[in-house]
Amino acid sequence: MKKKVCGNPRIWKDPPGAAMYCPGCQHPVIHRIISDVLEDMGIDGKAICVLGVGCHAFVQVSWDLDILSCAHGRALDSGTAVKRLNPDAIVFTVQGDGDCIGIGAGAFIGAMTRGEKITTIMYNNTNYGTTGGQLAPTTLIGQKTTTTPNGRDAAMEGYPVHTAELAATFRGTVYSARGSLHNAANYQRTKKYVKTAFQKQIDGVGFSFVEVLSACPPNWHLSPTECLKRIEEEIIAEFPLGEFKKDDGTGI
Amino acid sequence: MTKRMFIQGNEAVGWGALYGGCDAFFGYPITPQNEVTQWFAREFPKRGKVFLQSQSEVGSINMLFGGAAAGFRVMTSTSSPGWGLMQETISHCVAAEVPCVIVLVQRGGPGSGSIRHAQMDYITATRGGGPGGYKNIVLAPASAQEIHNLIQLGFHLADKYRNPTVILTDGILGQVSESVDVQTIDFGPLKQKDWALRGRENQKDGKSRIINSAVGILPLPPYPDYISWLRHIEEKFQEMENAELRYEMYEAEDAELILVAYGYTARVSKEAVNMCRAEGLKVGLIRPITLWPFPYDIIKEKACQGCKFLVIEDSLGLMIQDVRISVEGRTDVHLIGILDRHIPTDGGMIMPVRVIEEIKRLL
Ligand SMILES: Cc1ncc(C[n+]2csc(CCOP(=O)(O)OP(=O)(O)O)c2C)c(N)n1
Repeated sequence: MKKKVCGNPRIWKDPPGAAMYCPGCQHPVIHRIISDVLEDMGIDGKAICVLGVGCHAFVQVSWDLDILSCAHGRALDSGTAVKRLNPDAIVFTVQGDGDCIGIGAGAFIGAMTRGEKITTIMYNNTNYGTTGGQLAPTTLIGQKTTTTPNGRDAAMEGYPVHTAELAATFRGTVYSARGSLHNAANYQRTKKYVKTAFQKQIDGVGFSFVEVLSACPPNWHLSPTECLKRIEEEIIAEFPLGEFKKDDGTGI
Repeated sequence: MTKRMFIQGNEAVGWGALYGGCDAFFGYPITPQNEVTQWFAREFPKRGKVFLQSQSEVGSINMLFGGAAAGFRVMTSTSSPGWGLMQETISHCVAAEVPCVIVLVQRGGPGSGSIRHAQMDYITATRGGGPGGYKNIVLAPASAQEIHNLIQLGFHLADKYRNPTVILTDGILGQVSESVDVQTIDFGPLKQKDWALRGRENQKDGKSRIINSAVGILPLPPYPDYISWLRHIEEKFQEMENAELRYEMYEAEDAELILVAYGYTARVSKEAVNMCRAEGLKVGLIRPITLWPFPYDIIKEKACQGCKFLVIEDSLGLMIQDVRISVEGRTDVHLIGILDRHIPTDGGMIMPVRVIEEIKRLL
């Protein structure tokens, strides 16, 4: 049997939408991981991707998949209906941290409460990329953004939200992990998390979630290499990597 | 097959939806439409259809967005504060051309207002309360039977135009029990939903589909840019306006004074017309069945013939604005509104006696 060892994922349209992203942005790297996983698992033909609003959503110009692009924050509500009405489809949402746990927090918690058999991949770049690098629920204490010009102050803007840990507390969530892409080993690990998350959906046991740390060079005002260093040295200290929950839906 | 049932207006929503081919209901409790949500919770799952209580009205309407995009007949129902929350996504449904049915059982506003009947959402229903100045067909039934029938028409029109349809009822129509003939109504054939999302391998042509409400940011085929897409939706709004106007004329032929009313106050007005006609007064009624499109031309025609107008509306005066637009200043337009209820409480109603009093004052 022939095995593909290199080349673009089959769902990547030509030219790949990576062209839409700023140099050093890791969102397209996450898109690539999802593309490879869908292809490896042979589920791209029955996948329906539900998008939020933000840089992450530009993937719609790159993917040869059925795609629903929703109002800001609402992907999990819309995804819920798609999955309930099409139990055989593979339904996944692609969301930014602002989309998922900021404006979309209600939808996110609703979907986990109900244990929707959906997979969510949340791209965490610690700010609102699209609108110019404003405060996000995930912005680190002290991090300067365009709406926290003196750095996030917990007394004023509160604390960063640990979305993967939060997701793990819901009985309806069967899988929750946080990955990073700052080196090859973590790239591979993140890919494994994404694969496991989709497998949980195929097994039909509950909601599965992967948060991926993503570099945002223009809004962090750092070079792409400096961004990777920031992830490794600062961001992981706040947002530890790993699997926070992995069960079979029986709560064990 | 027709079954005759004695049911509430709110239950007529359910039976109409079932016979109209609805696949899923997504909703969130609110008075005075709780019987609707409860009906679906009871009747849908046992028939293999989807019922889901969402975490909020924002959740419900976005579930409609998803379910409709996947090609299913989906609906929700709510009352005024919930309607307020749904506005944003109704606009997205219009933009993405996603058809769905929203039942609005009006209560008193503004804010949380009262939990009793009123007719205070006319403007946001007919003008599109969400972003961007869009249009929805708004159907206004005046009986349980008409609720049952118009829900089915609502699904047909939603699919025909790939646009949401709103069914505007109120707390009185929702609670009143009447005999209803329950049956499937045939509105003729519709095109296949070959635009719907099913997963690429389940599409007949094997090609992927995108549904997106941000056409101005990322243009979607077949529209190369924002303006060409706007032109397309504008043409569609025009087509709806031209083809879907519905209204009832009652004793209006020789009338000197015409009442204009929809929903429960149209029932009250009809009663007033009957009583006045018995006394030989030349009074008639125009009852818009579609509030958008609105019967501007027919009201204008009557104004040109010299008719006076009295709007009976359980609000501080909303539809009256459309009647004023219609008459173009040719004649006075009067209002019997929510402050004219027979008893000054939130449970009071506008009664025929008060309408008759006003008719006599004006004639
Ligand atoms: C209702 C609404 N509010 C605000 C916006 C503006 N907006 C677009 S994208 C975005 C933030 C996206 O941030 P995030 O979800 O973190 O994604 P990223 O761009 O970082 O990938 C905002 C606030 C909008 N489109 N809709």
